[in-house]
Amino acid sequence: MNPANYLVLAAVIFTIGAVGVLVRRNAIVVFMCIELMLNAANLTLVTFSRLRGSLDGQVIAFFVMVVAAAEVVVGLAIIVTIFRTRRSASVDDANLLKY
Amino acid sequence: MTYTAASGLFAATWLLLLFPLVGAALLLLGGKALDRAGYQFATLMPIASFVLAVVLFFHLKSQPTSGRAVDDHLYSWIAVGGFHVSAGLLLDPLSMIFVLLITGVGSLIHIYSIGYMAHDPGRRRFFGYLNLFVAAMLLLVLADSYLGLYVGWEGVGLASYLLIAFWQYKPAAGTAAKKAFVMNRVGDVGLSLAIMLMFATLDKVDYAGVFGGVHHIGHADLTAIALLLLLGACGKSGQVPLQGWLPDAMEGPTPVSALIHAATMVTAGVYLIARSAPIFDLAPEARLVVTIVGAVTLLFGAAVGCAYDDIKKVLAYSTVSQIGYMFLAVGLGPAGYAIAIIHLVAHGFFKATMFLGAGSVMHAMDDQVDMRRFGGLRSVMPVTFATFLMGYLAIIGFPLWSGFWTKDKIIEASFDKGGTSGYILGICALLGAGVTAFYMTRLMILTFFGKRRWTEGVHPHESPVSMTAPMIVLAIGSAVGGFLLILNGGVQHWLTPVLGKSAEEGVHTVNGTVLTIITLLVVAGGMSGAYVAFGRPTVRIPWTPPQAGAVVTAARRNLYGDAFNEAVFMRPGQYLTRFLVFVDGRGVDGAVGGLAALVGGTSGRMRRAQNGFVRSYALSMSLGAVALVGALLLVRFG
Repeated sequence: MNPANYLVLAAVIFTIGAVGVLVRRNAIVVFMCIELMLNAANLTLVTFSRLRGSLDGQVIAFFVMVVAAAEVVVGLAIIVTIFRTRRSASVDDANLLKY
Repeated sequence: MTYTAASGLFAATWLLLLFPLVGAALLLLGGKALDRAGYQFATLMPIASFVLAVVLFFHLKSQPTSGRAVDDHLYSWIAVGGFHVSAGLLLDPLSMIFVLLITGVGSLIHIYSIGYMAHDPGRRRFFGYLNLFVAAMLLLVLADSYLGLYVGWEGVGLASYLLIAFWQYKPAAGTAAKKAFVMNRVGDVGLSLAIMLMFATLDKVDYAGVFGGVHHIGHADLTAIALLLLLGACGKSGQVPLQGWLPDAMEGPTPVSALIHAATMVTAGVYLIARSAPIFDLAPEARLVVTIVGAVTLLFGAAVGCAYDDIKKVLAYSTVSQIGYMFLAVGLGPAGYAIAIIHLVAHGFFKATMFLGAGSVMHAMDDQVDMRRFGGLRSVMPVTFATFLMGYLAIIGFPLWSGFWTKDKIIEASFDKGGTSGYILGICALLGAGVTAFYMTRLMILTFFGKRRWTEGVHPHESPVSMTAPMIVLAIGSAVGGFLLILNGGVQHWLTPVLGKSAEEGVHTVNGTVLTIITLLVVAGGMSGAYVAFGRPTVRIPWTPPQAGAVVTAARRNLYGDAFNEAVFMRPGQYLTRFLVFVDGRGVDGAVGGLAALVGGTSGRMRRAQNGFVRSYALSMSLGAVALVGALLLVRFG
């Protein structure tokens, strides 16, 4: 299979994630879109690793997964706290920190 | 020129200064606790200095002529590289005369003030300032360097300023004090420039050094120094063109006018020029300028004195005029130095007498000063009248009174200068004597003779003994002082070591006796003129001054001296100030404030971008990332 297809797939997933972050209001969905973008990046890393025949990209993909896991822990905690105080998970309602 | 180091009794010279300085410090810092008794203490201080001065005088007199300049070194004041100034006091025949005059007249006026200021709430402050003045004036005449003189010079300026504005609640007093301060500043700049020039050319500012090195200064520099000294002298002594502040200074209490603005401080200019004799002796052009200033001023003061109705202002312009005589004499060089000093001392006596008399009259007339509301006070205030009469006879040069001896000498010396300039100066001085007789007779007639033109509710009475006693002492001085000073050429010989020999033996341009007769005729003319105009029983003196011709109107406005200053210096100065304020407000503040407003306004608008919507932040980040990548691609493949 042509490895370039993986790259195209990663680009498509990344775009879906990016657009989702920009257009969706629900914090959980935004969060999942961020995960999509991270995994698109992972897919790219692994593909290039395979193409170059080096393991560096795969190691970095593991790092990204660890960071993503940690990020999910902190992010979900924040979202739950916001939901408890504001009864809403919309990112547009959490706009108190401004000028 | 060498000075003997002070030893023995002379080492106590500094005590002269200490007494009034202690008095001033105590009264001004002591607070209300001294309100009741402080003034008595302050009165004792100049008396103590006077006693010491008399002792020192006799001690100085017992020294041989060559040892009569005693330098009392106190401490090293400034030592920078090769430049040394020591704080020291120079007691020589010239400063001795001034010390005696200052402490003597000063003591009498302190005593007079006890009565005059008895009911004033600021009495303690007043006596404190008076003591401060005496101390500063003594420093002025006793200092052994120009720098020390300058300190005293500024000190008397400060005391004068404080005392003119003593009644601060009167706006006129505040304005007069400011005027005196500013006009004095003009003169002081001249004096300080002269000192700087001495430093630049000689590296020295002490008398011994400057007078010793005076031959090494170029003629142009020397003339510049002399003219700058003259400017300083003009400022302090109220000479044309800096005469305007002195009459206004009469806003202060009358004892101040008598002590500072008649007898002592305003004669500091004469002292300065006499002290700088070695400089002026080598700068004949500058000396000519001094005589011109003197002649112009003596006529100016006398002319204005004829027109004023304010008794103190007439006396003030009379002071201006008399100091003009002294400048004229002192500008004549060795022939005139001693005469100028003699006239100065005599003037100190008779003008103080008349000022104290004027104060006594004002005291009796509820502080009125308009002579048109006086009249007939002769019988009500006999002591004041008698003492004032002594001063009057002295100033007009009535035979045997002091002015007769001293002013005639000045007129004679002016003629003896020789040449056309001698004649012009002599005729000016002669004319001045006539005008002096005119305005002083007018003052006497309006105040003491004629009908009583008092305002309602005024009950004049003779002043208390504390006021009349000093007046009597000073009146005796005015009557016989001139004769005693001139007797056997006593003062001339006394001053010879400092000022050089006066050319007494020279040939006179005009025979002495003839000149005396001419002078007396001119004086008699002035007196009778005043009698005809104001003294005849048929003459009515209205309360408001009648309409008058151009000349009298000009004189009433002090020959437009103030108007000139306003038009030439004050208004342009104000315009300049306004322009600078405009530049500062609009230009400088505009640039600084505008920049701040620009930054503030811009950030105020830019912070709107921080709207709190996390998705808009995400969008800007994405756009930023796209732009970054685009830029990278552009650089790589563009």
